[in-house]
Amino acid sequence: MKKTGAQILCESLVKEGVEVVFGILGGAVLPIYDTFPQYPQLRHILVRHEQGAAHAADGYARVTHKAGVCIATSGPGATNLVTGIANAYMDSAPLVAITGQVARPVIGKDAFQETDITGITIPITKHNYLVTDVAELAKTVKEAFHIAQTGRPGPVLIDIPRDVQQEQTDFVYPDKLDLPGYRVVSRGHPAQIKKAAKLINEAEQPVIIAGRGIIISQAYDEFKEFAEKAQIPVAHTLLGLSSFPGNHILDLGMLGMHGTPCANMTVQNADLLIAIGMRFDDRATGNTREFAPHARVIHIDIDPAEIGKNIPTEVPVVGDIKSVLTALNEEIERREHVDWLSQIEQWRYEHPSLEIRQSDELLPQYIVHQICEATQGDALVVTGVGQNQMWAARYFVYTKPNSLISGGGLGPMGFELPAAMGVKVGCPEEVVWCVAGDGGFQMTIQELATITQENIAVKIAIMNNGYLGMVRQWQELFYGRRYVDTKLWNPDFVKIAEAYDIPGVRVKRREEVIPAIQKAMEYPGAFLIDFLIEPEENIYPIVPPGESLARFFEPSKPEVLGGKF
Amino acid sequence: MGGKLTNTKHTLVALVEDKPGVLNRIASLFRRRAFNIQSLAVGGSEHPGLSRMTTVVVGDSAQVEQVRKQLEKLINVVKVSDITEEDMVARELALIKVKASASTRSEIMQIVDIFRANIVDVAPGSLTVEVTGDEDKLDSLLGLLRDFGVKEVSRTGRIALTRGSSS
Repeated sequence: MKKTGAQILCESLVKEGVEVVFGILGGAVLPIYDTFPQYPQLRHILVRHEQGAAHAADGYARVTHKAGVCIATSGPGATNLVTGIANAYMDSAPLVAITGQVARPVIGKDAFQETDITGITIPITKHNYLVTDVAELAKTVKEAFHIAQTGRPGPVLIDIPRDVQQEQTDFVYPDKLDLPGYRVVSRGHPAQIKKAAKLINEAEQPVIIAGRGIIISQAYDEFKEFAEKAQIPVAHTLLGLSSFPGNHILDLGMLGMHGTPCANMTVQNADLLIAIGMRFDDRATGNTREFAPHARVIHIDIDPAEIGKNIPTEVPVVGDIKSVLTALNEEIERREHVDWLSQIEQWRYEHPSLEIRQSDELLPQYIVHQICEATQGDALVVTGVGQNQMWAARYFVYTKPNSLISGGGLGPMGFELPAAMGVKVGCPEEVVWCVAGDGGFQMTIQELATITQENIAVKIAIMNNGYLGMVRQWQELFYGRRYVDTKLWNPDFVKIAEAYDIPGVRVKRREEVIPAIQKAMEYPGAFLIDFLIEPEENIYPIVPPGESLARFFEPSKPEVLGGKF
Repeated sequence: MGGKLTNTKHTLVALVEDKPGVLNRIASLFRRRAFNIQSLAVGGSEHPGLSRMTTVVVGDSAQVEQVRKQLEKLINVVKVSDITEEDMVARELALIKVKASASTRSEIMQIVDIFRANIVDVAPGSLTVEVTGDEDKLDSLLGLLRDFGVKEVSRTGRIALTRGSSS
């Protein structure tokens, strides 16, 4: 029996195990939407802006380890996806973006709502397709999911002209792929693994830099065994947080621009750096010429193009992290590194990373700490970008694998709310906290409607300082305190929430924090807390841009509130 | 051997799928990663559905290795080799339209002969010369012809294969 392109798309999505699609309709995807009722196993979540669809699918993908799917119409629908696609690309999240395109006869004629979305997304997708023949559609969907989900994951876009959605052909879902130019290396080369093991066994002052690759590979157990067997301390990139228990004695927290002093000092003094599933982002390395000056470098990653891209590597191991670590664990010796670890403990003692200064003001660090306490770390934390992101990264102790979801590479304001939606839809049993800034929250605030319409129970904590906080901090520190256009007039977020039928409270004082968090946790649905925090609170330490990690700046020694825990 | 940190010309040869937009993907990658390419030539290969692309990239060996690996990540790119250090045959073709009068025509034809080039078009005021060879040869001929007045030049960019029976 012949099926239309729209039916073939839906059949193919079902074959790929898709359960949820985030999208918003328009003229060029009407045939697809018209067939959705025939496929009740595909849950469609109607967002309020396509950026929200892409971020939600991204968040969904990161916690379910399968491709998130978003759908948008041609032209503005497609271009609105761009931020979300770029974000998924930077953070290696599997995403399949489906866009409608104008009908084939008018492609290239500047038709209404025509945009060359495949041209636009070439540099921000792992691959993309314009399907010009309905007979190619099933094969294209199969390839798209394979490419998005294997190797180093990433976004794939499929652009489908409206008349292709309506054209009919026999539906056959191919069982074989024909991708001669796509090979995934899964197992590391044994000789490279031996070389790496030799360096590890000989090192006196080794450190691991753990990236998101460990989470993508779900290699938590192998990684823990690796670090423990060789007794190597673990520093994290932002997205590597929650790949290793944050309360472990070997855990140093995040390195980099806002990293813990202990992590940065350990890296700068190490004689061996074992980089795992990370890409030496400038926010992690600081000045690359002065980065880890005494260290030899082992780099384990599935993407060969990451090797030597930013940092010269002595021993590269290309392969899937789980497989490489399994092999490496056989080769490495048990070590103690007593002197090195006690040196690190000294640094940790001198620079306690979790201390919060004593203040009558409402401090964001304290709020994050209390969310961590209230949930006992058993929550998924989704952040925006900026100060809220750094506070969430630094003051929540990530003991649950894959529990920090953040737009790390692209740093998109507005990621937090739609991504939290996607995370909650992907993991309905988990407690999901969306940590937002008052600036970023307003970039995708309209998704509150989606949350209510679809009954998505996310807990929203707005770190409301009335500023574009991180930019204000840079103006304070690097631009002579000239706060040009960072001060925000804000609406009443509690009233906004109420208008969207979401209960909320405003918190102005410390003693209101715990009850508000409790109230949010006890409420069965979505809940919003507007925390009016100290407006000029900064995130410290900070390594000024372009400086060595050794040159982190801490404010005058603060008084200890709770101490390190 | 090109030193590690010295900028040299590297010849990369790639097999790419013959599909719409592939050249755009490759060009987009060069632009996006700020890679410096000197020439790029694409045409058919011995495999149906695959084209062979030769590109000359300027950079140190680490940069060129990065180019090679980034190219290999493109789904439509099947294989990329840096054949700079290998024994290879590299050729470029140029068409040169040079001013020629009754008094200079024979001198130009002598130079063309020395370079084993061909005259492919004769007009009252000009000659069009076709020359094949490596870039140095083409540059030398072009240098000599400039004295007569070169009106137009079109060069293909380098194409290359490794010598011997291996593929």
